[in-house]
Amino acid sequence: MSTPLTRTEAEEFLFQEAALLDAWKLEEWAELFTEDGEYLIPATDAPEAGPGTSLYLVYDDRHRLGERAKRLLKKTAHAESPRSLTRHMTTNVVVGKANDALIPVSCNFVVFRSRMEKTDIYPGHAEYQLLRSNQGLRIRNKKATLDIDVLRPQGKVSIIL
Amino acid sequence: MTVQERPVSSAAGLIIDDRQEARFKVNRNVFVEDDILGLERDRIFEKCWLYLGHVSEVSKPGSFVARRVGGRPLLFTRDRENNLNALYNTCSHRGAMVCRERAGNRRAFTCGYHAWTFDEKGHFIGMPGREALPTNATDNGKLDLVRVERMEEFRGFVFVCFDRNVEPLVDYLAGAADYLAYVADQGEHGMEIVEGSQDYSIAANWKLLQENSVDGYHGQPTHVTYFDYLRSRDGTTTNFAGSGAQGWVKNLGNGHAVSESIGALPWGRPYARWAPGWGESAKPEVEELSKQIMARLGPERGNVVANGDRNMIIFPNLVVNDIMATTIRTFYPVRPDYIEVSAWSLAPVGESATSRDRRMRNFVEFLGPAGFASPDDVEMLELCQRGYANRASAPWNDISRGMLSNAPKKTDELQMRTFWRRWRQLVSGDPNLELNGP
Repeated sequence: MSTPLTRTEAEEFLFQEAALLDAWKLEEWAELFTEDGEYLIPATDAPEAGPGTSLYLVYDDRHRLGERAKRLLKKTAHAESPRSLTRHMTTNVVVGKANDALIPVSCNFVVFRSRMEKTDIYPGHAEYQLLRSNQGLRIRNKKATLDIDVLRPQGKVSIIL
Repeated sequence: MTVQERPVSSAAGLIIDDRQEARFKVNRNVFVEDDILGLERDRIFEKCWLYLGHVSEVSKPGSFVARRVGGRPLLFTRDRENNLNALYNTCSHRGAMVCRERAGNRRAFTCGYHAWTFDEKGHFIGMPGREALPTNATDNGKLDLVRVERMEEFRGFVFVCFDRNVEPLVDYLAGAADYLAYVADQGEHGMEIVEGSQDYSIAANWKLLQENSVDGYHGQPTHVTYFDYLRSRDGTTTNFAGSGAQGWVKNLGNGHAVSESIGALPWGRPYARWAPGWGESAKPEVEELSKQIMARLGPERGNVVANGDRNMIIFPNLVVNDIMATTIRTFYPVRPDYIEVSAWSLAPVGESATSRDRRMRNFVEFLGPAGFASPDDVEMLELCQRGYANRASAPWNDISRGMLSNAPKKTDELQMRTFWRRWRQLVSGDPNLELNGP
């Protein structure tokens, strides 16, 4: 059994993740995930529904989230070429009770995305399943739920939340 | 602001359909001008059959869905007699929407303003202080919710029309009915909409999304990163450059068109064409599903249903893409340069948990606001819309590909010309304008 995760430790990890995303170090972001890691965004009208039984916006296994990162770094990922300016704000971090090696951590977030003379705001909350590894904390599962009822006016989620 | 009517000749002149020179041009004003959108509202969205929803969304007595169709807030209900109803979501008293939820199950809709109450068929059933109105005030349904003028179903797809005199839905659908039937035939026990909508927006004209949804020519340049992903996932080095040209396009009548191929495309179909990226463990189930479809429908039709990929546009604003998953997508222009889009996943009733999971993964690998492809489509449509600010000096879109061909390919543009010829006929108000052509 690993030592309990403190909130400060969890915050440092989440802030580091946010910094990687805002710096467009997306492959480094993907490396934060375990080999069986998942990255999920549910539909805005069914936030409680499960990924295999309802239509999600993002349902990435580890391979796909790595490919998402690689794709977004290409000039031919047109929706993000030129790249957006993003700023991930992470707050209200709560560390839950660990179940075996998995440590649940939740937070609130707001992501600002600015591109082509337009700024979009993505408010939401995220639930993580973290675990300790030799390389430090790793993400087994990240589910980012948008607190908006329709994806308007944002229109798309071409960045990583 | 009033809508200024363009003379018919002017509306017809917005499209050049020159068969001698094999030249088809669309004037960019049609994507930008408010008076064009006014004509489209009057002559297209008020006159054509529009997709309301799928029967599975109101599966039980009392089930309802509230959504805008053609810009109007509607209620889609299944009543206690198991009949479908399409009602205007507006109180007979002062007009407030009587239902604020997106979906649910209930026997009555009570307006929040003065508590007038209606049943699931829209019949008035009560109000506080009834005695202040004459006893005959509610006779003959005078205070009922107003029913949408027409509602009809085809193979589970429910449409409405705001024009009482419209032709029957199946006649309107023309050849598109056969293709909706291919889609509906996937499920032995019917099809259903999966929970979870994709409600998003695009800062572009609605007609650009209709063009894009059957455009086989943009696949490689716009979606090169999706094909990179497929190669990585499937562990192949296949060059997909040729796959877009395989297959054919068809004019289905009344402005509807399909882009189609059988077995040529590199992705998997949950019902039922296996792809390497799904793993060997998925293969037996997918092959069994395919076999069942062949046995049920016969080898010829079964092959089309299971192994065919179809991108279909149904005039004016319905898209059914039956590809790596099946998506139903509809949209409405709030402004000439802004549309609201709603998309759903259609799936066979009774699908196994493993197959449904593959479908959900497959859908969003390409489709939707966070897929590996749709956001790039949106980017291109929005760039077109921005470019049209130059229309005074650069006025024409070119849609001429394949006009000389007897066997138009998916990378040609017959499917868009089919849409535009119907658009021209309705907007100009000249029923003699030709819908067929190369």
